[in-house]
Amino acid sequence: MPDRSSPEGSGHGPELLVRGGTVVDEQGERRSDVLIRGAEITAVGPDLQPSGPDTVVLEAGGCVVAPGLVDLHTHLREPGGEIAETVQTGTRAAALGGYTAVVAMPNTEPAIDNPSIVRDVLALGRSALAEVAVAAAITVGRAGKTLSPMGEIAALGVHLFTDDGRGVQDAALMRRALEYASDLGIVLAQHCEDAALSAGGHMHEGAWSSRLGLPGQPAVAEEAMVARDLALVRETGTPMHFLHLSTAGSVELIRKAKADGLPVTAEVTPHHLVLTDASVADYDTAFKVNPPLRTDVDVQALRQGLVDGTIDAVATDHAPHATVDKEEPFDSAPFGMTGLETSLALLHTVCNGLPFGECPPSKWPGGTWPLVELLAALSWRPARIARLDRAAGGRQGGPIEVGAPANLMVFDPAATWIVDARTMASRSRNTPFAGMQLTGRVRHTVHEGEAVVVDQHAQR
Amino acid sequence: MTTTLETPGASTTLPSAGQPGGTPAAGAAAGAAAARSAGASGVRHLVSITDLDRDGMLGIFHLADAFKEVAERPIPRVPALRGKTVATLFFEASTRTRLSFEAAAKRLSADVMSFSASSSSLEKGESLRDTVETIDAMGVDAMIVRHKSSGVPSQVRAWTKASVVNGGDGQHEHPTQALLDCYTIREALLDRTPAGETPPEDLRGMRIAIVGDVRHSRVARSDVLAMTALGAEVVLVGPRTLLPPSLDGWPVKATPDFDGVLDSLDVVYLLRIQRERAQAALLPSMEEYHERFGLTRERAARLDERVLVMHPGPMNRGVEIAPEAADLPSSLITRQVKNGVLIRMAVLFHLLGAGGPLPAGAFGGTESGGGADA
Repeated sequence: MPDRSSPEGSGHGPELLVRGGTVVDEQGERRSDVLIRGAEITAVGPDLQPSGPDTVVLEAGGCVVAPGLVDLHTHLREPGGEIAETVQTGTRAAALGGYTAVVAMPNTEPAIDNPSIVRDVLALGRSALAEVAVAAAITVGRAGKTLSPMGEIAALGVHLFTDDGRGVQDAALMRRALEYASDLGIVLAQHCEDAALSAGGHMHEGAWSSRLGLPGQPAVAEEAMVARDLALVRETGTPMHFLHLSTAGSVELIRKAKADGLPVTAEVTPHHLVLTDASVADYDTAFKVNPPLRTDVDVQALRQGLVDGTIDAVATDHAPHATVDKEEPFDSAPFGMTGLETSLALLHTVCNGLPFGECPPSKWPGGTWPLVELLAALSWRPARIARLDRAAGGRQGGPIEVGAPANLMVFDPAATWIVDARTMASRSRNTPFAGMQLTGRVRHTVHEGEAVVVDQHAQR
Repeated sequence: MTTTLETPGASTTLPSAGQPGGTPAAGAAAGAAAARSAGASGVRHLVSITDLDRDGMLGIFHLADAFKEVAERPIPRVPALRGKTVATLFFEASTRTRLSFEAAAKRLSADVMSFSASSSSLEKGESLRDTVETIDAMGVDAMIVRHKSSGVPSQVRAWTKASVVNGGDGQHEHPTQALLDCYTIREALLDRTPAGETPPEDLRGMRIAIVGDVRHSRVARSDVLAMTALGAEVVLVGPRTLLPPSLDGWPVKATPDFDGVLDSLDVVYLLRIQRERAQAALLPSMEEYHERFGLTRERAARLDERVLVMHPGPMNRGVEIAPEAADLPSSLITRQVKNGVLIRMAVLFHLLGAGGPLPAGAFGGTESGGGADA
């Protein structure tokens, strides 16, 4: 059976009292304090008192107290990419962004494609600042040739499998993978990109790539694989999760598939909800990401898909890269941008139509979006997709109630701040949001009863 | 379409120029282009042809006219940029363009530093930024950058205090080529203006076909912008595989029918076609390309003798142009090369000199004879 016990070292910290905030979770909104002892919530209610002089009080006046966020899509880079990120630095970034759990992607070096590497990464996660779950590769070495030992890996508690960074190109192999996975209770997640159609592309193929003289990745490179995989899900019945959707056509395909009752879920990144290919105009490699930033039409469709439930979750695709690697010509720089430390604040800013940077307010479908909806997309819905929720025996996604694991965060919706790449906790600096003013900031984060972030500062 | 190439799509958010962080900023493309040509520091660049508007281009042409006289002197050299240092950073080999820039700099008495990728530290693993900052630290006034990757001059601009001149970047732009192309067309128009009539100032009314591999051509991108800004009407001719995936925002028409537009043209501009395009399934064969889009003997024979035939070189005779056609009397191909040096002198003087209109008699002296040392 999967090891679902709380991490080592937890449960020994001081009692915590989260005081003066408004609890927001799946059960609604109420003015409540939260008392935490060990790794557990021991009391929820108005005007709670500390039980002794050693109780640490986390002030939450004017703030929202919510279940910790859960990121379905984090590149922690360890093992093999420690120049860009480690489990420790990546989860510190996560904690500062309000996350209490991340799913580490398997495109490490070596790839997470066998039980021993899964165990290694889970072991690194036990002393991290957030829960580290693992997504393992579908194919050995993510090479798209032979199946990884999915059964053995699933027995370690791994629920998501993906070759993320690339899609499984061979349709016959993908069909076999879905068939083989059908009795393991796992979910295959696809990075949808037909490599033949996207070959050589460094940004979205369209008006801007044509103007800038950069080879593009057409939207159809993503949509062709989404369509193929939906046909395979229809045939095999095995559930699938669609990673980082980026085009209006993909949203429409998933919308129809869900209407037909197919067992599929989907995620979108914060950057695809906010930025367009116009950002590439000055060849700043901070905006080079895969899937590429698309058009305004795609941004609007992704927002609509998130609002109407076609898209289940927001996932960061936090993809750190060393500065030395990003300061290269656009066509030789690696794809990827960081996101853990900015996601909630960014989306809170955008879906309330608040100004950021020098941009005019962006229009969100329906004008604004309630914070509870945003939290659902960032916390309890992704927790369920990753089976980190309590119903699945996990410890994430709330609700905030007596006896629940103490994984929560405190968000100040009124705090304004300017993103400074130099002071971020991630080992890398490749945020596209540097210099932007955001409204809303994570103030405290509690991971398994430990206050890992207090007043916007990581505690270790 | 009347919009400029700078603003594809309906709502665009251009990152403001000169901010390495790339902070997106609302702003019209025209504003961004203006900011680019003279950044906050006052340093001028020529990274895109849009760094010059119509009047800016005409100013370059007037400078080139003045330098034409210098070029004909026994010692073709003026002290206009004495004390300035021009570095050529050619990450991609190009003897012709480099020689043209270096000749231009030397005729203005600038010191020239030469960097080429083959002898560089890039092969030792140094990043692009490190290389640029190292050369910047040596103290240079202008960097002429050529690179196989689109956008490198834009990136370099953020890493140096020097003026950056784009000497051709990937499939993006080649602004000095566009300037010399337009200058050459204008010169041909001047030559044929009857005595007593006012010669045309720009390219107004000219109908220009750019034929071939526009998709992969930095020359075409700059030429479209320059020619249309100067009033010409441009039609792109080629199969869809060789046209840009989107022409949204391009002030041009496009057609696959070369013969259909042939009789209405004033200028035929042929682009170089690379043989690997057939391997990438963009074309069935070079022979079919020649049949459909080449300036064949038959098409050349149909052209009015006043039609100008141009090519950025080097030519593939027998592919984009029949062997005979390149020697037509109206062919400007050798004149393009000559004018290259004049235009690059004008660009360097525009960027590094005092700027503004050329003072009267500025080039009256030789190098040793004083004159206006800008």
